Amino acid sequence: MRHLIIGTGPAGVIAAETLRGHDSEAEILLLGDEPETPYSRMALPYLLANNVGETGTYLRPDPKHFQARRIQVQRGRAASVDSQAHTVTLEQGEQLDYDRLLIATGSHTVKPPIPGMDLDGIENCWTLADARAIAQRAQPGQQVVLMGAGFIGCIVLEALVARGVALTVVEREPRMVPRMMDQNGGELLKRWCESKGVRVHTGTQVDAIKADPERLSLTLGDGGMLEADLVVCATGVRPNIAFLEGSGIETDVGILVDEHLRTSAPDVYAAGDVAQGPVFNGGQREVHAIQPTAGDHGQVAALNMAGVDTVYGGSLAINVLNTLGLISSSFGQWQGVPGGDSASALNGEEFKYLRLEFDGDFLVGAIGLGLTQQVGILRGLIQTRVNLGQWKKELLRDPHQIVHAYLECNTSAEAAA
Amino acid sequence: MQKALLIDPEKCTSCLQCELACSHQHTGMFNPVQSRIRVFEFEHGARAIPYTCTQCEAAWCLHACPVQAITVNAATGAKQVDADRCVGCKVCTVACPYGTINYEAHTGKVAKCDLCGGEPQCAVACPTGAITVSDPDTATHAINPLLLGRGATA
Amino acid sequence: MGWQRKILRVDLSAGTAVAEPLNMEWANAYLGERGLASKYLWENMDPAADAMGPDNVLIFATGPLTGTMSSTSGRYAVVTKGPLTNAIACSNSGGKFGAELKYAGYDLLLIHGRAPTPVYLHIVDDRVEIRSAQALWGQTVWDTEGWLKSHHQDTRLKVASIGVAGERGVYYACVVNDLHRAAGRSGVGAVMGSKNLKAIAVRGNLGVQVDQPERFMAAVRDTHKMLAESAGRKELTECGTDAMIDSMQAFGGLPTRNFQEVQFEGADKLNPEAMTEVRPNGHRNLLTNKACFGCTIACGRIAHIDKTHFTIVNRPQYWHASGGLEYETAFAFGPVVGVDDIDALTFAGYLMNEHGMDPISFGVTLAAAMELYELGVITDADTDGVALNFGNAEALTVMAEKTGKYEGFGQILGLGSKRMCERYGRPELSMSVKGQEFAGYDSRALQGMGLGYATSNRGACHLRHDAFAEDMEDQSGAGKAKPIKVSQDKTAMIDSTGLCLFTSAAWDVPEFQRQIDAACEGDWPESRLWEIGERIWNLERRFNLAAGLTAADDTLPPRMLEDPAPSGTAEGKVCQLDRMLPEYYELRGWTRDGLPSHETLQRLGLEESKA
Ligand SMILES: Cc1cc2nc3c(=O)[nH]c(=O)nc-3n(C[C@H](O)[C@H](O)[C@H](O)COP(=O)(O)OP(=O)(O)OC[C@H]3O[C@@H](n4cnc5c(N)ncnc54)[C@H](O)[C@@H]3O)c2cc1C
Ligand code: SF4
Repeated sequence: MRHLIIGTGPAGVIAAETLRGHDSEAEILLLGDEPETPYSRMALPYLLANNVGETGTYLRPDPKHFQARRIQVQRGRAASVDSQAHTVTLEQGEQLDYDRLLIATGSHTVKPPIPGMDLDGIENCWTLADARAIAQRAQPGQQVVLMGAGFIGCIVLEALVARGVALTVVEREPRMVPRMMDQNGGELLKRWCESKGVRVHTGTQVDAIKADPERLSLTLGDGGMLEADLVVCATGVRPNIAFLEGSGIETDVGILVDEHLRTSAPDVYAAGDVAQGPVFNGGQREVHAIQPTAGDHGQVAALNMAGVDTVYGGSLAINVLNTLGLISSSFGQWQGVPGGDSASALNGEEFKYLRLEFDGDFLVGAIGLGLTQQVGILRGLIQTRVNLGQWKKELLRDPHQIVHAYLECNTSAEAAA
Repeated sequence: MQKALLIDPEKCTSCLQCELACSHQHTGMFNPVQSRIRVFEFEHGARAIPYTCTQCEAAWCLHACPVQAITVNAATGAKQVDADRCVGCKVCTVACPYGTINYEAHTGKVAKCDLCGGEPQCAVACPTGAITVSDPDTATHAINPLLLGRGATA
Repeated sequence: MGWQRKILRVDLSAGTAVAEPLNMEWANAYLGERGLASKYLWENMDPAADAMGPDNVLIFATGPLTGTMSSTSGRYAVVTKGPLTNAIACSNSGGKFGAELKYAGYDLLLIHGRAPTPVYLHIVDDRVEIRSAQALWGQTVWDTEGWLKSHHQDTRLKVASIGVAGERGVYYACVVNDLHRAAGRSGVGAVMGSKNLKAIAVRGNLGVQVDQPERFMAAVRDTHKMLAESAGRKELTECGTDAMIDSMQAFGGLPTRNFQEVQFEGADKLNPEAMTEVRPNGHRNLLTNKACFGCTIACGRIAHIDKTHFTIVNRPQYWHASGGLEYETAFAFGPVVGVDDIDALTFAGYLMNEHGMDPISFGVTLAAAMELYELGVITDADTDGVALNFGNAEALTVMAEKTGKYEGFGQILGLGSKRMCERYGRPELSMSVKGQEFAGYDSRALQGMGLGYATSNRGACHLRHDAFAEDMEDQSGAGKAKPIKVSQDKTAMIDSTGLCLFTSAAWDVPEFQRQIDAACEGDWPESRLWEIGERIWNLERRFNLAAGLTAADDTLPPRMLEDPAPSGTAEGKVCQLDRMLPEYYELRGWTRDGLPSHETLQRLGLEESKA
């Protein structure tokens, strides 16, 4: 059996390891187009903040890790897939055949279509190469503009501040991390950032960038102007699916996969940021471009590839963010569901916020600010569909009883069993 | 040998000796906020539940970690954090559905129960036998193992 | 180490909160908690100042072992001038608040002045805020704690607060922490109320370190083991302190109907068996036992009230579990008021915690009111129409609530027995010393207890000495001075460590010594601990003398001295205080007038102290 995995991010690497765990004989080939040892995008901010060196970003620290598991790592970029013939053609022309194929190619950044985006001094923060470029320019005291205060943008924000730059953030949506935080949470984050000396413009966008001889000059939608030594762009990413054109593999935003992480083509699976798969609680298939989903996808896809029939329960949007020391997190359907109840506790003065969303007696979503202890139980409550029963009333009164609710619901569930 | 903590909330008086022992073991200080086992009290103390990592099979934290800072201790089976490697991204803290791996602001890293290398100090300190060490084959955890739709994982 | 070496000084008049270094010279001479706070009180106020005035200083103090792994390390003391006694007050409490205060980095919290409007303190390590308590004034202790936790979004916040009783100056209002643990005696809650301070909410993240961790942990291991194996500890775990009710009943030392009698016919309805008995409807009073911070004894009772009982049948807000009966509450709501309805007693206990009052003083004050009522001195017109007969369970719970809410006759009961009985011209009916009510032991049966009550610096108290063994053996009044003096000193020392007195079920001075010696820098031989105990006792005495008390206050009510015990082992006996007291003064190195002699003060290093 020959397994071919395209993409050496977490989804691909975890899949390779899982395959090896279930099949000591199979051939496993990991194909990646980046020059470095498989690394973690998530660790890039910590590299930028000088908390770790480049080796600290490696997905697996042991240099012999892959070799020891007889996982072959090959550099190359897949250009097309022939799912009929069970072959993948690389850009250089080489052809690889496979029995089972996993596509875990992640996503790429997209820059907004405005004038001046290809000027010198405008960087993404997506790859190790990007991080090196930013590190070179983001020196203490330099003026830096961060375009986009989404989830990734906010993580990069933290790293840039750690580098001592003078930072201005521009977010087109009316609040920071709009897909992770509601109005209350976004407001608190903004106030917090401003109190730490970061300028935040929300509800406006960069319309154009021009190169002054010395600096970049940015025109904002609201008429404002900004100067910058460096612009970091974090305005969004798209799944890497272009090379699948003509392969017959069905795509939408990403590669469509079923609850076994199978694509529409036989023996082809997809996982991670590139996969548009089942979500927890049913509903439309979605791309959940987050690390835990990449890991879960990688495992489940690999199990199925190895012949261990495994059904994926669907991904849940879970995010945790550290913004200059203020920890925020969000889970699932924090916007709430029609007819569901909602509970929240807000203490703006102390930057604390907790919002819970229910569907009947079940928790379906949550937002937390200033919460670091036992946060994972929010995932547990949502994803194991714990019936909160009596505790729901209690939570509507005081959402902070959430750990108590979780513990009692789980222990009494066992007592009943 | 794979070990785990067996917790019997019925016996807990919420004296917090476990939190004291755990924090002392891991930090050299008596400081319950740094304990990896936490006692939660209910109804004016009528019930109390000591709560920590069950070293679950699924190892959500381990799989979520982007830099392999969480590994399995071969001797005890404990999932443990390598603080030198942890970058403090906290993804494990939201990935673990039990909420038993927590971020500590003062270290900038996460911390969880590591079974103290095989002799969990919380169990040693517990005066009532509410916390004992067992091997997980015979253990029934106080908290149900959560399946999270993992289906038929072997 | 052991100490955090830092104190927090809050001036509510000025609205300031400033941390300052702990005076280590004083710490070395007074250890911590009770002793160290007494020293700070002595140095920071005029003992003659009005207890309810802004010049009184309210001190919350932890000990060097508070927050460590020593068993029972959750103790803290509230030290101030007590309004009930106009003497030094030191009320000790368990629960979890004390350890939290220490973890926030403070050995002591000193509160000066009076806030212009109600406030509470919010302490998170170095961050200290004096915040408006407008939303909390008038609330119960329970609602206050709930509000603070939810407002600050911190379920682990630890709170010490007062109820309406404290706000309105009930003379025996207490400070309640962790819902049902209290710095109970002498009216320290009224002092807090007089300062317009509703609550202290604290969260500590700093931890506690000991000087020699390895030696300390070895001492902890051994002393834990001793406790685990001790029979006395076992009884406390299984029965709480309530086991005492059977022994006192048998001995004839169980004060009944305002100390007119010493045995109570309903004792067996209130003993540990009664607490665990399963009733026909399945209800059982006791649910479980519960520990304070770090405690491996867990003597605390958690009980609930039968939902069909008249007290709560229509009040589901009391259907939850909470702190249950201990010996002193069982005595104060039981024999001394003649009530044997355990649900009513349990409910009265809830009310004490909810509204923040000392159960002993309330119960004994109610007992005096009942005697006044049965004597016809007061009538239904005074008592809001409630028949204050001994044995009336409803009178107990109704009056507890009225006093807690400071309503009607509750305002009179809130004066305490001494002021109330004086008001009605019958001062001899107040069963108190220095204005503070007796605990549940009769000093005719327990002679040494009589001497202990009379000489206790905070007014009548059973926890300032320990001579039970001697008292049960010998009722003559001979040779009591020594065990009382020695145990007073020892108790003062133990109360200054940060640990609970109940550990002496298994430990003696060497066990405390080992833990202190490993936790604190420097050498701590036993002799030093004994000396500290004696120094504390004498300092407290000096405070009281400077506050205007004299040897004439070292006495007992005439009932103890003149009316023979009507039954039990001491039948026919009175308390031999006149015999014991001179012997005691001499042993203490005090003059006949009860003044510490020059030599005594010099020996204890108290001479250069002010005043
Ligand atoms: C700065 C930053 C911070 C982040 N922080 C968080 C966070 O805090 N929490 C969180 O949950 N997520 C975070 N993420 C997102 C997280 O990193 C991704 O969800 C995760 O990396 C997805 O893993 P993957 O394996 O699917 O894809 P990737 O990690 O993107 O790996 C895909 C790999 O495939 C390669 N590839 C692409 N096309 C081809 C091809 N045709 N042929 C060969 N190789 C190809 C790519 O070059 C890449 O190496 C962050 C991302 C960034 C950039
Ligand atoms: S916080 Fe540390 S241990 Fe947890 S996932 Fe991130 S790097 Fe790994």
